[in-house]
Amino acid sequence: MLEVDGIHTYYGESHILHGVSLRVAAGEAVALLGRNGAGKTTMIRSIVGFTPPREGRIVFEGEPIQAWPPYRISRRGMALVPQGRRIFSPLSVRENLLLGARAAGWTLERVFALFPRLRERAEQSGGTLSGGEQQMLAIGRALLTNGRLLLLDEPSEGLAPILVREIGRVVKGLKGERLSILLVEQNYHLALRVADRVYVMNKGQIVYEGTPQSLEAAEEIKRRYLGVA
Amino acid sequence: MPALPDLFAQALNGLSYGVLLFLLSVGLTLIFGMLDVVNLAHGSFYMLGAYAGLTLIATTGNFWLALVAAPLVVGGIGAVIERSCLRPLYRRQPLDQVLLTFGLIYLFEDLVKWIWGGRIRSIPAPDLFSGSVTVLGATVPSYRLFVIVFGLGMAVAVWLLIERTRLGSIIRAGVFDAEMTGGMGVNIHRVFTGVFAFGAALGGLSGVIAGPIQSAYPPMGASILIPALIVVVVGGLGSLKGSLVGSLIIGQAETFGKAWLPGASMLMIYLVMAAIVLLRPQGLFGRPLK
Repeated sequence: MLEVDGIHTYYGESHILHGVSLRVAAGEAVALLGRNGAGKTTMIRSIVGFTPPREGRIVFEGEPIQAWPPYRISRRGMALVPQGRRIFSPLSVRENLLLGARAAGWTLERVFALFPRLRERAEQSGGTLSGGEQQMLAIGRALLTNGRLLLLDEPSEGLAPILVREIGRVVKGLKGERLSILLVEQNYHLALRVADRVYVMNKGQIVYEGTPQSLEAAEEIKRRYLGVA
Repeated sequence: MPALPDLFAQALNGLSYGVLLFLLSVGLTLIFGMLDVVNLAHGSFYMLGAYAGLTLIATTGNFWLALVAAPLVVGGIGAVIERSCLRPLYRRQPLDQVLLTFGLIYLFEDLVKWIWGGRIRSIPAPDLFSGSVTVLGATVPSYRLFVIVFGLGMAVAVWLLIERTRLGSIIRAGVFDAEMTGGMGVNIHRVFTGVFAFGAALGGLSGVIAGPIQSAYPPMGASILIPALIVVVVGGLGSLKGSLVGSLIIGQAETFGKAWLPGASMLMIYLVMAAIVLLRPQGLFGRPLK
């Protein structure tokens, strides 16, 4: 589904990603873990074309997309839930949801069924929602693009534990929907609950690759790179 | 104390000027909000609209045709400018864009002098509105009333387009967060071109309807740019509502400034701007500054 092969990404002159490779197979949920500043968000920005890599290849369903503009990557089937949610505050909830809506599968009705709160607030402006509601809106908005690979960048950021569990439940449910998922997280427990495979990143490089079970046992990796005892 | 009909006539003058400023500032504020470009050449679209109108009226004798065709011509010029000159500069420093659009002011002004000459050219009002009418004791050229009604009608139309259509929601999303709008599958560069052309066309429209009031003269674009920029600052960058309210305020300030403090009418505008910006640095309807 997605193959990232040795990418180097820069912000201006600062070299952030140093030859990162990663794979997501069709139907798989992969978690990318790491501390703040490890390069996780840069990884997502590289994949969706916001900050294209200067070197390396990104292949999505057989096509090299590393030089494509973001709108083409999105239309090709990549659905983004960005860091900080990036809700369009001046737009109503409905307008947010419909902005990138494409093709069949996920419809407004299905998203409202998944997140009934959004139906109640459909005509409110996105900026008036609470943090948890904004996260639901960001997920709903991404689902409506009907992409086949869902990229979630820190969906638990700034949310109360009960909401984090709710997001975890929703993401797990989406796995059954023939969606492939790449989840970027600092929240170790959320990531482990959802993922089939995990990567750990540090200083712009992948330092660990394995299953949730093997990471659970890798005390040294957890302590050094994730700050989990 | 001036007589009431005089005050009323002044207020109508201010309103018609405000309407012209609104049509001009819509493009300026949308372009700034979406592209982060202060288009100093935006006044040039106003000038080009007036001259295109002049020629179209002279050749066809039909004001209404000019009212439709001149903005289309200017919008086309805007689209070409965006694609050829501005697009390569989006990733550069704001200063580069300021220099480019500043240069375009001179380029367009010289082009106009070359084609139409440097002297003032008057533009006749359409026959239908060539007389004047008496409203509440004040005698007002009927063309001015037309400008007010037409301009407010355009304001409603633009508002409906931006606030009530899908295209409008894409534009608002782009003004708020262009990168993320692209990430949702919207070809944001095409939207940029469209918004730039739309803003240019409205500027051109403003120039056509200003023609019979202000005539056409080469520096007209540069001289309306300052009040239009002030409208954007007062109303709030990227805000359509701010653009409308700001235009109406600045229109009145300019007109009453001219009547009460002849020779210092710009001072009045600056005082109004300073007062508003002191109270609300982001402008009346702008997003809070970070």
